[in-house]
Amino acid sequence: MDDLYRDYILEHYKRPKNFGELDPHDLEALEHNPLCGDELGVHIRVRDGRIEDLRFHGHGCAISQAAASIASEELKGMSLKDVAELDADWMIDLLGIPVSATRRKCALLNLKVVRGAVTGDRAWPA
Amino acid sequence: MPPVAERTLEVRADFPIFARRFDGRELIYLDSGATSQKPQVVIDALADHLQSHNANVHRGVYALAQEADAAYEEARQKVAAFVGAAAETTIFTKNVTEAINLIAYSWGRANVGAGDAVLITQMEHHANIVPWQVLCRERGATLRYLEVDERGELSLEALDAELARGDVRIVAFAHVSNVLGTINPVAEMTRRIRAAGAISLVDGAQAVPQMGVDLGSLGADFYAWTGHKALGPTGVGVLHGRRELLEQMEPFLTGGDMIASVDFQSASWNELPYKFEAGTPPIAEAVGLGVAVEYLSGLGMENVRAHERALTAYMLERLVEVPGLRVVGPPEAEHRGALASFTLEGIHPHDVAELADRGGVCIRAGHHCAQPLMRCLGVGATARASVGVYNEASDIDALVSALNAGREVFGL
Ligand SMILES: Cc1ncc(COP(=O)(O)O)c(C=O)c1O
Repeated sequence: MDDLYRDYILEHYKRPKNFGELDPHDLEALEHNPLCGDELGVHIRVRDGRIEDLRFHGHGCAISQAAASIASEELKGMSLKDVAELDADWMIDLLGIPVSATRRKCALLNLKVVRGAVTGDRAWPA
Repeated sequence: MPPVAERTLEVRADFPIFARRFDGRELIYLDSGATSQKPQVVIDALADHLQSHNANVHRGVYALAQEADAAYEEARQKVAAFVGAAAETTIFTKNVTEAINLIAYSWGRANVGAGDAVLITQMEHHANIVPWQVLCRERGATLRYLEVDERGELSLEALDAELARGDVRIVAFAHVSNVLGTINPVAEMTRRIRAAGAISLVDGAQAVPQMGVDLGSLGADFYAWTGHKALGPTGVGVLHGRRELLEQMEPFLTGGDMIASVDFQSASWNELPYKFEAGTPPIAEAVGLGVAVEYLSGLGMENVRAHERALTAYMLERLVEVPGLRVVGPPEAEHRGALASFTLEGIHPHDVAELADRGGVCIRAGHHCAQPLMRCLGVGATARASVGVYNEASDIDALVSALNAGREVFGL
């Protein structure tokens, strides 16, 4: 079996969850992966300080798309306060595959976008 | 039947990196468009210079300093002669990016004003876009783009139409595109540009390493390239310019070496080419580049081009065997430089490069510093395989096998 391109990664890549537009939405952000020009945006609907629903849009590699898809399931229902605290390890652990230094930004792009929408902080998750 | 035409070079043994093993495997390097590997003679020249001839240039009277001076100037002679230029109008920079910035700054700020236009093309590298954006924003000028057609080529009629508008001061364009591979008709373009009273700047970063370049017949006012793609070391680029233009221009960077004399409040400029070489130049790097172009001349640039064209033709032929693969740029190897950018249906270019690496094959993926072009092509990114003098048909075979294996991983 492939270390990186596990079945579930490819499954999420081919049929990503929570992709599309969400209108109306309360928060949004759009980010690029400077490495490859990939683009990922998010629409978030908030209720009682929590992410009620969200949708990603854009294009990217298997790692970035699968990471966004997997994260989207966890993010639903999470309080904005908790979202602001999420770090790189959270995402990498969730992804469950060995991510090389060059592919790290692919994996973290979705968290960067979501944190940007929620907190306005556009830094790469550390 | 041999897959590639008879006229192939066999020089891999000259490049020591190919003796290295990566997890027991040979290096299959198809990324020469990004940077070339270096022959032993260049590595030796760098080491020999640092070991035996190192001193700063231009100011020393002792014998060692004179040796360093002579080595640096001899490198300039070799580099100039390699492309049919004069040594005094051949300026060493850090890379082609700095050379283009030099023109945008020194020539551009004196000659481009409000209401003027700078014309570039949709196939430019960011190095030949961003300096013009900054110049135009600063001067209130407009930046216009020549379109790339569906074959990945420019149209001379469109160039004529742009020039006829009468506001174009400079046209800056790539000799060979680093994404499409397109070889632009430089001589025909510079003739039209000159006739319209505009200035031409050609980005030869991809051209000089792979084809004979004769500045006399190309007719460009400025021609810039970068050493590390032409078998030379990193840290050295080259700018050639027409003497009258260079003489009129103010310096780009200022400081030591570029002055004739310095007063408390002012300074006067050194003669060409030193006026544009502020500070200690890349001495060892220039020496290395001199040996690199000597090595290329030894192979014969027509043989280099024949070798790489044959490999490119073979690559184009083999790549289309991969289901879902689409190559961008001119369809015939005749009309393109030694590279192929492509997309593979169902697999993102980043993953394509990762999967190629599983087969031990080094290719590049991304926007190749040409985001406007990517937008025109309607893709976010491509994968790119590019060949150099040391590549062989078996490298292309390895790429195709890796791509097919990659499709299986993705269940395609
Ligand atoms: C066409 C072209 N122009 C400019 C550059 C920039 O070269 P450098 O980074 O050496 O300045 C490159 C290489 O990346 C290129 O392919």
